Amino acid sequence: MSFEPKIVGILCNWCSYAGADLAGISRKKFSPNVRVVRVMCSGRVDPTFVLKAFEAGADGVIVCGCHPGECHYAEGNYKAARRIPLLKKMLAQLGIEDERVRLEWVSASEGDRFAAVVDEMTAQIRRLGPFSRNNGGGNG
Amino acid sequence: MAKPKIALYWASSCGGCDVAVLDTNEKILDIAGVADIVFWPIAIDFKYHHVEAMEDGAIDLCLFNGAVRSSEQEKIAKLLRAKSKVVVAFGACACFGGIPALGNFTNRAEIFQRAYIEAPSNANADGTFPQTLTRVSEGELELPEFFDTVLTLAQVVDVEYFVPGCPPPVDIILKVVDFFATGRLPPAGSVIASDKTLCDECQRIKEEKKITRLYRPHEIIPDPKRCLLEQGIICCGPATRGGCGLRCIEANMPCRGCFGPPPGVIDQGAKLVSAIASIYQGDSEEEIARMVGEVLDPAGTFYRFGLADSILKRKHCQQP
Repeated sequence: MSFEPKIVGILCNWCSYAGADLAGISRKKFSPNVRVVRVMCSGRVDPTFVLKAFEAGADGVIVCGCHPGECHYAEGNYKAARRIPLLKKMLAQLGIEDERVRLEWVSASEGDRFAAVVDEMTAQIRRLGPFSRNNGGGNG
Repeated sequence: MAKPKIALYWASSCGGCDVAVLDTNEKILDIAGVADIVFWPIAIDFKYHHVEAMEDGAIDLCLFNGAVRSSEQEKIAKLLRAKSKVVVAFGACACFGGIPALGNFTNRAEIFQRAYIEAPSNANADGTFPQTLTRVSEGELELPEFFDTVLTLAQVVDVEYFVPGCPPPVDIILKVVDFFATGRLPPAGSVIASDKTLCDECQRIKEEKKITRLYRPHEIIPDPKRCLLEQGIICCGPATRGGCGLRCIEANMPCRGCFGPPPGVIDQGAKLVSAIASIYQGDSEEEIARMVGEVLDPAGTFYRFGLADSILKRKHCQQP
């Protein structure tokens, strides 16, 4: 059976969720691999969420928020902009490939962009293969 | 009534937890007065077969320190579990993996390669590695199997109580003994420490948490009165359980996280990423890259004691 990546998309309510919605209502055709979780702001995205997604079987996680300067709460997306790169550095030390976690800014009018980002990430993760949690960790 | 029986064991640990028990000084005599110590490899000459000969549940309290990283440690953990009414994960290693769990950044093959081949003090021209079974003319020699992954005690057996710390402070050890002596045991699963974070208990002056540069402890002499984090030193206090008596903070050193995550926190490292990234000031790509660069070793710093107990538990190795 061919591998279909499971990607968890954590999208902010004000821009990115609306952007994903626009991609849908514009009948854009794109990879159906992202499971969307709506949060109020990308600043709400605790790095724990990303780890929990991997624990629950995700092959990749994409966090989307408003473009810098456009956050509904003024500066929540800047918090995400700092947390995700630091998290990615830590995940690299834990052997998780860079492409498996992605931070993107998607505005409410960027349905096309959301679709393109999802297509690109799906293709990258398809090449990487599935994320198996205990890879290399057997006792025996 | 017969005196209650206590067993103490060390698995993958440094011995500091056993020393912490001895640090109770003259109170150790009180412990010996209210209980019989029936097994304590570091101090008393009882053997495994003495424990094996006991009835199940014969030991009232087992204080188990150290992580589990070999088949021998796993076997003794299961043996002591069967023989003990109450098992306590004693110290950071038994609770969260501790320093030995930093071995989860690698695996058995890499550790053996380093220890038996690459280390400069080796004289191992034949490339000999430890074997679980070796046949010699006199018979067979056995060694315990070395695990790829360091485990916490609770990942191997059921555990009633958790006593964190590297090592657990004396007042908490005496509290455990007192709970036990008076029969006022907390509900199973309790962590015997504070329910607050270290920051909650810290007495330093805290102003606004805004930093523009991170310092490593040797790069700066911190003001002993002010919050270390506000001075740019990575302190694990925001995501570490209190109850430790602020030993490091009072020595003007940042918290290293040995009490594990506070209640409600699943992953100490993820919360520390969140905390440090939140208070760092800077929104441009250059400033963010600088912050990421200044945290030299995020996984080693934020999971210093907790890697085995974290969500990912170990480095994700590429399959051969």
